[in-house]
Amino acid sequence: MDAHIQVKNLNVYYSKQQALKNINIEIPKNQITVIMGPSGCGKTTLLKTFNRFLELTGGTQLTGEVLVDGQNIYDRDVDVTEVRKVVGLLAQRPSPLPMSIYDNVVYGMNIHRMKKDRKEYKAAVRHYLEIAGLWDEVHKRLHDPATSLSIGQQQRLCLARGLAVEPEIILGDEPTSALDPISSQNIESRLIELKKQYTTVIVTHTLRQAKRLADYVIYMYLGEVIEAGSAREVFNDPQHERTRAYLEGQI
Amino acid sequence: MGFLKKKRWQRRHLVETFMKFIMRFSLVIVAGSLGLILWIVVVRGTPALSLDMVTKIPEGGYYMGKGGGILNAILGSLYLASGGTLLAMIFSVPIAMYLKTYLGDSKWGYYVRLSLDVLWGIPSIVYGAFGFTLMIALGLRASLLAGIIILALIELPIMTRAMDEVIRRMPIDLEHAALALGSTKFEVALRVVTRQMLPGITTAILLGFGRGIGDAASVLFTAGYTDRIPTSLMRPTASLPLAVFFQLGSPYPEVQQRGYAAALILTIIVLAVSLGSRWLSARLNKYTIK
Ligand SMILES: Nc1ncnc2c1ncn2[C@@H]1O[C@H](COP(=O)(O)OP(=O)(O)O)[C@@H](O)[C@H]1O
Ligand SMILES: [Mg+2]
Repeated sequence: MDAHIQVKNLNVYYSKQQALKNINIEIPKNQITVIMGPSGCGKTTLLKTFNRFLELTGGTQLTGEVLVDGQNIYDRDVDVTEVRKVVGLLAQRPSPLPMSIYDNVVYGMNIHRMKKDRKEYKAAVRHYLEIAGLWDEVHKRLHDPATSLSIGQQQRLCLARGLAVEPEIILGDEPTSALDPISSQNIESRLIELKKQYTTVIVTHTLRQAKRLADYVIYMYLGEVIEAGSAREVFNDPQHERTRAYLEGQI
Repeated sequence: MGFLKKKRWQRRHLVETFMKFIMRFSLVIVAGSLGLILWIVVVRGTPALSLDMVTKIPEGGYYMGKGGGILNAILGSLYLASGGTLLAMIFSVPIAMYLKTYLGDSKWGYYVRLSLDVLWGIPSIVYGAFGFTLMIALGLRASLLAGIIILALIELPIMTRAMDEVIRRMPIDLEHAALALGSTKFEVALRVVTRQMLPGITTAILLGFGRGIGDAASVLFTAGYTDRIPTSLMRPTASLPLAVFFQLGSPYPEVQQRGYAAALILTIIVLAVSLGSRWLSARLNKYTIK
């Protein structure tokens, strides 16, 4: 397997409670990996270790390594803003920035000084809004507030905004759980279209969505990874009793 | 349609009609009083309003009806209120930040907010008396600076609480969204947090300014009154509320009329500031996340 992210001996503690226990996994490049498991098993926590979001919560402790392209993102001399540029995040609830639709897409490119002039920014905004499947709906009102969009449109805007900083990895923490079915489907189709170019890691609580999206599956339980493997293997022939129970219990 | 009962005058309908009447009545009283105040100020003040009023200082015999104007009071009030607002801002921003960052919703946070709300409700004459006592103890004379300090104290609770509410309503998701794109914390503060909070902060500042410029009792004790244009922080200064007060108390009808003109000028300044702030907030508010 061509691993994009490698997790080695990862342990995470919230104050006293241990949330992740000795995690060792690899996330394949340019595929969709789905993390499943009952609520509270540590899916969000694991995802947060990939873009160093865990350190935004006080009192957390982390041991072990997370390697992206072979480099430990927790090394002392690593710039956290560079990590988050390479590892993008699609949050559970869309949260547009307090600015126009256009400026939301420009924001990330601007702070990383990725474009030279207005023309380049304009072209990039159009490009990423098209990729996110939002251009046709918003090209006439690019300077309206981002909050004037529906929740589903806002989530696609957040996708465009995230892609605009040219990440290699997209993380999604239940990115469709706040959306209506049609908007969810829309986001899912985008993620599938994009998977050739991006390594995607999605946390989901719906088994059907996992089955629609996953190339690779990680099943977690009480802070441990119980099983990890290709979607076909895990869904058709789970090796562990717990995984089997989860798959059957939910159907 | 048989199941729909015809509306009858049951008790609940009567109660509703009565309540609606009370609400409308209160509204009419409030709007009516405001209209009446404006009406009186405009009708009585306009005749005395002239270019001289706003461009000249009192000349000899002004208070007996001779020539001159109240430029000293207009400038004095603007200096006092702007200075007080600026000073209050310098202190209220860090206090509000401290409340949010370190005290939060803790017991101490509750006490600090309670104290601020109590301070808010204290009549300004008490502040004036406090300032006066302090100045006597320190052997200081009435001055622009003393007036600014006392106005800053009066404005501080309103501004701090208004900013506190603004900061408390700052969604944490917003910071995370910006951080997730690789922002530094400074970029988050500068480009995202400020944008979200600017309308609220503008409102807070103008609330403070409004209270400061209209206050008579506190500056009476601390800033004094003079016919000269203020040129130094250490000298006394005139102010519009006191110009209204002194002139209305005069036995000369011309001077009384000038009192109303001064009130009209003060009203226009306050109106301009609040309309301006409304307009500015609405513009800035367009993009904020509710
Ligand atoms: N900020 C936090 N402080 C303390 N404990 C937390 C915090 N966030 C999560 N946890 C705990 O860590 C465990 C894993 O949580 P999480 O990663 O959110 O699970 P999931 O996303 O799978 O539902 C849970 O037991 C949860 O209670
Ligand atoms: Mg979760």
